[in-house]
Amino acid sequence: MRKSGPVEIVRPKDLREASSLVREGGMPLAGGTDVFVRVRKGLWDPPFLVYIGELPQLRGIEPREGGVEVGAAVTHAELLRSPLAAQLPVLRLALSTIGAPAIREMGTIGGNVANASPAGDSLIPLYLLEARVNLVGPEGERSLPMEDFILGPGKTALRPGEIIRSLWIPFPEGKPLPYFRKVGRRRALVIAVASLGALFWLRDGVVEKARLALGSVAPTVLRPREVEKALLGKPLDPGLLRPIADELSRLVNPISDIRATAAYRRRVAGNLLLDAAARLPRA
Amino acid sequence: MRIKFVFNGREIEVETHPGRRLIDLLRADLGLTGTKEGCGEGECGACTVLVDGKPRLSCLTAAIQAEGREVLTIEGLRENGGLHPIQRAFVETAGVQCGFCTPGFIMATYALLKENPDPTPEEVRAWLSGNLCRCTGYQQIVEAVLLAAKYLRGDALRVTRNEKTP
Repeated sequence: MRKSGPVEIVRPKDLREASSLVREGGMPLAGGTDVFVRVRKGLWDPPFLVYIGELPQLRGIEPREGGVEVGAAVTHAELLRSPLAAQLPVLRLALSTIGAPAIREMGTIGGNVANASPAGDSLIPLYLLEARVNLVGPEGERSLPMEDFILGPGKTALRPGEIIRSLWIPFPEGKPLPYFRKVGRRRALVIAVASLGALFWLRDGVVEKARLALGSVAPTVLRPREVEKALLGKPLDPGLLRPIADELSRLVNPISDIRATAAYRRRVAGNLLLDAAARLPRA
Repeated sequence: MRIKFVFNGREIEVETHPGRRLIDLLRADLGLTGTKEGCGEGECGACTVLVDGKPRLSCLTAAIQAEGREVLTIEGLRENGGLHPIQRAFVETAGVQCGFCTPGFIMATYALLKENPDPTPEEVRAWLSGNLCRCTGYQQIVEAVLLAAKYLRGDALRVTRNEKTP
């Protein structure tokens, strides 16, 4: 399956040139952790690659409008080292489970978003924190919420010539309790069988507000808003949350594949909510 | 196309195809075969090298991504014709059996000990989680890293005055 010759890599001098090369059919290349694997296996066959990983316009981590703007070509490791990410503990929890140290030094946040994998580890905190995807293309700039940007497995709202410029991640109000757990066959370099990220705002020992996002249990990362609502007014007590966990298991829409069966994923999805309740402080 | 980078401490310029992988540049073009290719898709860590001091998988890195950077491979660790303290620690604890994964483990260890000179066994295991070994069972490798850390901190008797810390 390996291609005989290497695919050409073009190095644009700026974002404008990158955009026009992508419009001509070139595939953006940043960290390479997915692109190189798929191109070598022959799963993707782009005419050429456009290396955007070092374009300065894609490289910053800046505070902006009550949040942080992260350039698309910022690596997971760079984001983990940034003091701004320290204010987003749920993001740190998720990013630190990605791959292994070398993969985190290479893979980029924009690449993870462009990949639109239902198992994308960094996508879960981005859904939870209600991040926006900033795009730049031949018709100018636009910005979409994560849920409008990712349309299905590997499918995004990117138009021809459009490139992800940055992610804007707002700081949540107050100090919600963060939770992230990925279930897989082993801890490192694993594609999740199921994963749950959550933010819980507690008041007087009960949930005042909750956000949940699940990976690998639906065609895209899932925000089960019915379950978020059902949690209001409840304490984080695994015994009391059992019916809501069962509801979550019913609500998800997983497939069976080489990693796990759909039935197992359903069960894990509900169990992860109980695990969150068991691990987090109750007040 | 020509690319320029610092390779094992020396600035070099090489002619390469835009699309060539860093591992092919190292092994085939520069003839240094210490860096190994295991899976070729980022699962095994055998091809780990350091780029600007950070671990990277050379099988998933384009040669042009080395442009202007510092690349360090296992060949660059040799000191005065002898083994680096990390290499010696791997030999002494039998952290090497067939040896294929060893350069990747040693380069990952080098990056770890520069960042964290006194890691716990748990931290060692977490850091090396992207490197696979099919011989040793990992116990001896963890021991090797902890011993290497001692050598580099200077609190083991075997440290000689020629050795420098990474």
